[in-house]
Order: sequence, then C-alpha cells, then structure tokens
Amino acid sequence: MSIVTSATLTRTVALLFSLASQLSSTPAFSADAQAALNASAHTGATFQPPSEADIPAGPFGDTIRLGRDIMLDTPRHAARFVGNNLSCANCHLDAGRMAGSAPLWAAYVNFPAYRAKNSKINTYQERLQGCFRFSMNGSAPPLGDPVLVALEAYSFWLATGLPVNKEVAGRGYPKLEKPAQVADFSRGQAVYTARCALCHGESGAGQSTAGQVIFPSLWGNQSYNWGAGMGSINNAAQFIYANMPYGMSYSLTPQEAWDVAYFMNAHERPQDPRWLGSVEATRAKFHDSPFSLYGQTINGNVLGKTGAPKRTQDKDQAHIAP
Amino acid sequence: MRLLRNLAPALSAFLALFASSQPASSAPPAEANSCLACHGAQGEGLAAAGYPRLAGLSAEYISEQLNAYIDGRRVNPIMRPMAMPLTATQIQGIATFFSALPAPSNVAAALTDATQSALGQQLAERGEWSAGIPACFNCHAPGGVGLPPAFPPIVGQPAMYIESQIQAWKNGTRQGDPKNLANALMHNVAFRMSDTQTKAVAAWLAAQPIPTPNTSPSTTVKTNP
Repeated sequence: MSIVTSATLTRTVALLFSLASQLSSTPAFSADAQAALNASAHTGATFQPPSEADIPAGPFGDTIRLGRDIMLDTPRHAARFVGNNLSCANCHLDAGRMAGSAPLWAAYVNFPAYRAKNSKINTYQERLQGCFRFSMNGSAPPLGDPVLVALEAYSFWLATGLPVNKEVAGRGYPKLEKPAQVADFSRGQAVYTARCALCHGESGAGQSTAGQVIFPSLWGNQSYNWGAGMGSINNAAQFIYANMPYGMSYSLTPQEAWDVAYFMNAHERPQDPRWLGSVEATRAKFHDSPFSLYGQTINGNVLGKTGAPKRTQDKDQAHIAP
Repeated sequence: MRLLRNLAPALSAFLALFASSQPASSAPPAEANSCLACHGAQGEGLAAAGYPRLAGLSAEYISEQLNAYIDGRRVNPIMRPMAMPLTATQIQGIATFFSALPAPSNVAAALTDATQSALGQQLAERGEWSAGIPACFNCHAPGGVGLPPAFPPIVGQPAMYIESQIQAWKNGTRQGDPKNLANALMHNVAFRMSDTQTKAVAAWLAAQPIPTPNTSPSTTVKTNP
C-alpha cells in the first residue's frame, strides 16, 4: 500500500516538474531514479575518516598530504612507478575515503594478512606494491620508498580511531548477487555505449586534455594489466555497480553491471607481469577462474596472446616475491 | 638564459594583449550580430548581467544549447525568441564563429568571503562525496577548462551564470539530450547541491583565471589506447 502511495507521489512530483519545465515528453527525473547517494549507501558503513582540514601540521602532515596527492594524481606524484594513465582514485573514489569503493582505512586495519595471490603474509606496503605492479602496470616501489611511506601514512591517518584486525563495514566493494543470465559481450557493449562511453570513449581509451587524464583507459596499453584485481569480472562488476557512473551509484541493474564488466574485460590489455612464457601456462597458474577471460578466445582472438611483458614492467621487480 | 626567463612572462603578457586586441580571424556571420550585443564583441560575456562567455566554447556545445532553447529543454525568456528563428545552417554558423574565438583572458572576479571560497574550492576540486557530489573538475577537467564536446568549460563564466545554471539543472529548466548520460549526470549533481554550496562554487569558479593556451591547450586529445 505504501509502495503504491509512494509511486503515485513520485509520479505526481515528476508531472509537476515536467509541467514547470514546459516539457511535453520525457520527464527529466526518470533517468537516475535508481541512483543512490554514493557507494557507501548500501554497505552499512558508519566509519567516517577525519576531515582533510584536520591533517596535522609538520613533517607527518606533509607526508599524509603527499599520500593524498599520490592517490589523486598518481602519474604525476609517483611517476617512476606508473606504467599507464590511471590514478589510485579512479578505483578508490574520493581519494580512498569512500566506503564501498575499497577505502584505504578499511584495508589498512586488516594488514598484515596472508594473500593467496602471492602465497605469503603481506605487510601493508607489500600490498601497495601489488597495486603498482598490476593496477598501475608499473613497477613496485621498493619497501620504504617515500611513495609507499606516504600512502601508508595517509591510510593510517584515514583509519584514525578504527579498531585494528576487525572486519569493518564498507571494506572493498559491496558483494553483488550472481547475474540471472550469464554475462554477455553484446549486452555489455550496449550498456557501455549508453552509460560509459560518454566519459571513457567508444574505444575505451579514456579522455585527456592539456596533458591531464580526465577519464582513465579501461582497456588497451594505458590501462591496468592482466594481473590486476579489476581484471576479474566479479571485482569489476562489484566496483561498477557501486561506483559508476560518477554520482550515480547503484543505477545499473546487477545484470547490467556483470555484462559491462565482462565487456570491459573482454578486451586486450598489458601482459600479466607474472608471465610464464605462454598464455596457456600463465592462465593455468594465475587465471584458472571463470571470472578471468585471460587466455580465452573472444571474437576470434586469444586474450593475453601479446607475448612477454614490455620492459617497463620488468624493472625493479626483483624484490617482489613471485 | 636568466634574462630570457625574466623576460618570458612579460613577453607572453604582451603576446596575450596583442592576441586579445586582434579582431576575430573571420568576420562574424550576420546572424551572430545579435549575440554580440549581449555576449560581447569578442564573445567574452558580460559578468555584471550574468551573460556567459561564448568565446572558446566548442561548436557542438553551442549548437546543442541553441537547439535546447528552441525545443524547450533550456528555458530562458531572452534566449528562446533569439534562437527560434534560426535555421540549422545559421546555428552552425554561430557555433563555428564563437568556437573559433580565443577565450577571454581577464574576467576573473574577486573573492571576498574566505569561508565561502574554501567551500567553493573544495566542491570544484574534490567534490562532497558524502553528499553524492563529485568534483566539478572530475568531468570538466582540472581548472574547469572543459572536455569538449560533452563537458563545457566552467572557468571564466560569471558567478551569476554558473549559479543560475546549477539551479536550472536542479529544477528541470535546463536539460540536455535525454538519451545522453551527461543529462542525468548534471541533474543528479545539481539536485544534491544546497543553495550555499551552489553560491560558493559559482563564486570560486568565477574568480579563477582562464588558463592561457600556453599552459592549457584548448584542443582535446584522446588518450592513446
């Protein structure tokens, strides 16, 4: 009963707006009816990181601010370690503050931790190394490098007051129900054209102006490589569902999020730096998952069949455990 | 070398002066004359009246706006009768003319309220994500220089104009192409902005200098795949 009333009210309000704006067709307020306020909306998160106005003065505050700046413009502030046009904040919205957008405060209090990805206990700095190696398609800063120290200090400060070693609402991306239909390239392409291409471009290359990346590449050689977490369709679907487009969290249906995540990850991107000499061997060891299209044939092409990783990915890797 | 460095700002200022005092490379088409009366002889706008600059906006954007006045997606009692008689060819002529004019160089207004200024800067550069408001610059590019054709420049526009446009997006008297995502994006953001936030961001944006072509090429390049 209350649903009917609410729907009627919504229609009435929409009609009033429509009349007020002298519209004869297409009400303006329908396109985003599903959009939530932000990614946090459906996570149950209650933690609030401190305000940037309260970053302390002095050397520690300077380091926190550097960490914040690296998040916002990684190619500029951590140039040596970046091999694409992405910034941390592209996938950790609001500079790593937003719940449901893999916030740094939630990650920080859960390290050190064992990770199956590299079969060892990872410190927080080692976890950050993985971001540079895979998501940023670059090279891992050495442990203790000012870039990692700044990101660690920023994360530590964001987590002010949060208990350590305790699950916290808002961590990672919100879980997403399985799609009713198996994720599909063509449907994903249609979603992409309607909801993503305005910003990321028809070719997925993103957009830049005046030497500044505005919207990052989603595939191609300026995007994350095949080893990145975002290359898994489930992670990508979760991120997209909760965070995309800007200001329109949860506006896609779960099915649309799965389809467009599949479409995005059904394109070529830089080689997995853990390359074992062949696509088959690399898939068998690192991509043996229904969520990875690496090594699969899409539109007649075997994804990942681009040969050994480019040189920029090889430098400074010696200190990383395989 | 040092002398050259010291001279460089003066030289570029001189060149900018020279460029801005030059007439447009091509004469305005006849149908643009009525635009010039309010939007300025160089399309620089009229801040005191809240008339926006047209110089340096993309042709696609200008043409889309004139069409929006005609079909009622943008409601404006002055602009609608101006736009109604225009043919498609005339609209294209106007759009091409103003898009080729250089952005004005000296329209920045003064900021008087430090608290309001800080709020405006925060919204423009970082947004207020807790209220569902992305940063202006997330889409309109750092400095608000725009990302044509979908995202127009928002720097170098009068505060009165920016404020009225956010309000118009909010109350439905400004709409884009309903099939275009930008329409929903901008409506959403505006709908979540308070009057205080709207005034603050408008005042701050209007006080920012338009980057010179040297520091910010107006051409937009697609990132190489």
